Amino acid sequence: MTAVDLAPAEEFEFKPGQGKVLLLACGALAREIVDLIERNRWSGFDLQCLPAKWHNTPERIVPALREKIAAARGRYDAIFVLYGDCGTGGLLDAMLEAEGIQRLEGPHCYAFFSGNAAFAAHADEDITAFFLTDYLARHFDKLIWEGLGLDRHPELLADYFGNYTKIVFLAQTRDPDLATRAEAAARRLGLAYEYRFTGYGELERDLTAQAV
Amino acid sequence: MSDDGELDLNSLNDEELVQQVHDDLYDGLKEEVETAVHILLGRGWAPYKVLTEALVEGMRIVGVDFRDGILFVPEVLLAANSMKAGMNILRPLLIATGAPRQGKMVIGTVKGDIHDIGKNLVGMMMEGAGFEVIDLGINNPVEKYLEAMEQHKPDILGMSALLTTTMPYMKVVIDTMKEKGMRDDYVVLVGGAPLNEEFAKAIGADAYCRDAAVAVETAKSFMARKHNQLASN
Repeated sequence: MTAVDLAPAEEFEFKPGQGKVLLLACGALAREIVDLIERNRWSGFDLQCLPAKWHNTPERIVPALREKIAAARGRYDAIFVLYGDCGTGGLLDAMLEAEGIQRLEGPHCYAFFSGNAAFAAHADEDITAFFLTDYLARHFDKLIWEGLGLDRHPELLADYFGNYTKIVFLAQTRDPDLATRAEAAARRLGLAYEYRFTGYGELERDLTAQAV
Repeated sequence: MSDDGELDLNSLNDEELVQQVHDDLYDGLKEEVETAVHILLGRGWAPYKVLTEALVEGMRIVGVDFRDGILFVPEVLLAANSMKAGMNILRPLLIATGAPRQGKMVIGTVKGDIHDIGKNLVGMMMEGAGFEVIDLGINNPVEKYLEAMEQHKPDILGMSALLTTTMPYMKVVIDTMKEKGMRDDYVVLVGGAPLNEEFAKAIGADAYCRDAAVAVETAKSFMARKHNQLASN
């Protein structure tokens, strides 16, 4: 009889600076990307992130990515960018086309987590939805409440959210704490709450395609 | 100073009071702005003079500091709400006194988009600069723009979008205007966070306006050109 080793496989820990395919990503995706790398035991990726808060100043994203790409040329076999258009108004795609580099498909993380086709199909019913992802639910106070100055000026709530009717929490993981936070955020903004589990959606699909 | 230590706006001369309005707008002090507007009107200032010298100039300073990264969106919103309060006092008086008109603008956020902070700021600053503004609100399909242009006969059409996914709809509106042979009857200005000059050019707009102050200057410049063309014909 052959002995079967039932012990769990050794944990795979992502170590930056080792892979031959560079992932240049938004900081808001870092946790999810590392989780996918470790879960799939992908050893070929290196990862560098840019600040997630640049979504409030998207004009900084393209020049910073261009710099990162220039610095990485020749040091990696390939580069893949993990951003949506993210408010760059097509300038990111124009730059990446000139550089010959691909990115995740879709306009923003809400779309590629949901699946771009599914997200587009919901566009009409979601027109008044304010989306949260795991990242945004986790950092709601800092990025949204304080970021918009609502901690200092709650009277601006209607200016920012007056046209919204609901928070839709697009959950990447089944984390009850994050769901509680997202629901509390909806209450705070005076909006209805809806939970949708998306998993990693097309982030996982597109990363799998790049895995070596 | 008044007995309770607060600044008594009545004690300031006109020049100091206007300066104080600029400061109060900058600090988003709505009630103080309203009080000062009433005081200036009470001193016999024409509504148009109060609007331009106190409110518009105050918001211009706010706009410059926003562009320079000294002020941020919350502060600009507070300032805008203060200016709006002042304009609410002046609006009926401006109509009654027949203040000079620069032109007329129809403005709205495009279909699929409910964001209106930038659009509202532009509308307010355009009104402050002497434009009649017809605000179509949010989520406007092409039909609504066409209907408004037909009804109000504006000089300028302004379209706003905050989302990468909704900004291409501006091209739908412009293309429809072309199909109907009405594109050249209007100046089309576009704006919104993800937009840029290249996009505006690609969709056939007349200009991209990166903020409310630029929108006003651009609109004024197009109106001046229009008047010059009319004068030379």
